[in-house]
Amino acid sequence: MPAAVEVVNVTRRFGAVQALAGIDLEVQQGEFFGLLGPNGAGKTTLISVLAGLIRADTGSARILGHDVIADYRAARRALGVVPQELVFDPFFTVRETLEIQSGYFGIRDNAAWIDELLHHLDLGSKANANMRSLSGGMKRRVLVGQALVHKPPVIVLDEPTAGVDVELRQSLWAFIRKLNRDGHTIILTTHYLEEAEALCGRIAMLKAGKVVALDTTHNLLSRFAGLTVRLVADRIPALWQPRVLRQEGGASFIGLDRHAELEGLLAALRTERIAIGELALQETDLEYVFLKIMGAPEAATAPMVMRR
Amino acid sequence: MTPAVGSGWRTLLYKELLRFWKVAFQTILAPVLTSLLYLLIFSHVLENNVSVFDGKVRYTAFLVPGLVMMSVLQNAFANSSSSLIQSKITGNLIFVLLPPLSPANLFAAYVVGAMVRGLVVGLGVFIVTLFFVPSLLSMPHPFWALAFALLGSAILATLGLIAGIWAEKFDQLSAFQNFIIMPFTFLSGVFYSIHTLPPFWQQLSRFNPFFYMIDGFRYGFFGLSDVPPFTSLVIVAACCLLLSLLTLSLLRRGWKLRR
Repeated sequence: MPAAVEVVNVTRRFGAVQALAGIDLEVQQGEFFGLLGPNGAGKTTLISVLAGLIRADTGSARILGHDVIADYRAARRALGVVPQELVFDPFFTVRETLEIQSGYFGIRDNAAWIDELLHHLDLGSKANANMRSLSGGMKRRVLVGQALVHKPPVIVLDEPTAGVDVELRQSLWAFIRKLNRDGHTIILTTHYLEEAEALCGRIAMLKAGKVVALDTTHNLLSRFAGLTVRLVADRIPALWQPRVLRQEGGASFIGLDRHAELEGLLAALRTERIAIGELALQETDLEYVFLKIMGAPEAATAPMVMRR
Repeated sequence: MTPAVGSGWRTLLYKELLRFWKVAFQTILAPVLTSLLYLLIFSHVLENNVSVFDGKVRYTAFLVPGLVMMSVLQNAFANSSSSLIQSKITGNLIFVLLPPLSPANLFAAYVVGAMVRGLVVGLGVFIVTLFFVPSLLSMPHPFWALAFALLGSAILATLGLIAGIWAEKFDQLSAFQNFIIMPFTFLSGVFYSIHTLPPFWQQLSRFNPFFYMIDGFRYGFFGLSDVPPFTSLVIVAACCLLLSLLTLSLLRRGWKLRR
């Protein structure tokens, strides 16, 4: 059984920027796979190589065993891509958009599946509305529909929930999960680490065009069996300031490697006579792992969001 | 039921046709009106002052095939070029790049779509001008006219494809249109027979492929032309072939489309 996606030593340079610096990656059929990394890590470039939108300088990529250049027809038939940009063709209605996209794949008489897509994406009432009249979230869902219109076995979603409100996000994920249960391979990039943690069985982390971590989500979480302290205080002890992962709503989140380290933090607070407003301990989450792997200085500026 | 699987190019062609049909007022009616204005003004001013083909043809009648062909050419160019640049600027070109459409599929769909727009506008202009010069309906060589209309629209559709892929902004596209397409069309004998030109300009006109398109097209209407129609046909067909091969090779390399 060929891998859903196989990437071998793919490099790509844009002028002075080495966007991809030798990526090796294999995603098996049926996986729910996460591709994470800060902006500029190369996620979208890698997806574009898979989709044939960008050509690799060296190396090769295959979708279900079909080379994306030499056998591009079979490769593209097997792949559905939800692009990151919110693009649409203002000349057409939602249904026309889906019918046309279906036709590009050579599939006509696709009305039954298009109706099902419209239903699952909650677009039924907008089927005959012009694309221009849709809200951002609806346009995003049409993009998902366009990617699925030819029932691709491998589905790549590049930031699919950006700009989609919470309720719709839930129904979108329910649908994607169903597709995954039905045997579709899902590859996801997202800025919401919480989503990746909840959905992805395996995760690759990219940094500066390289894979810096590749493991099951479970292993990644247990590899850093650490803790996060949520602390509300007037200030943070000077020695502990570099350990602050993020600040949110007046609280500081401090990463600990072991429970024993808590002793030191409390001691520092006592010594510097800092009053504790609130203190809570949290298990390791993917964000902690992500920040650890990406390295604090860069990750501090990385626009990854954790919604709690 | 398994949906029927065919080639995607027909859908892309359908989309290209639907695109201009949905705004037909602007893409068909407007250019027909423009050509009508040219006809009214130029024929009014020049009818009694310009002699063409040694006076065998009235100037207004002479002008009509030129205007028809000019409409065909300009609209064929406008269709493929504006479709592409719009798709590039709005980003929805990705919908065409993700499916398994081959370079030949893309080429065929964009070019045929643009040819249809050019020919429809040309036909519209022809029908309207028949009210002024009904005698034109009895063409001696309609198939010659058709051959030149097809080849001419194909050439301009292909040029539009190249310009649309090349241009990154609307003003680059309009530069292409204003500095290349317009001069070549206007200086090709739409409004005059090149025999009325000084020798130097006559010679120069012979290097303009647009001249052969219009001269050959006009032969279909009058059985008269500045150069033998077969010569024009060979030159125009050769241009069409060369441009098509060039464009196909650009598409194969993914020039400006697949980085």
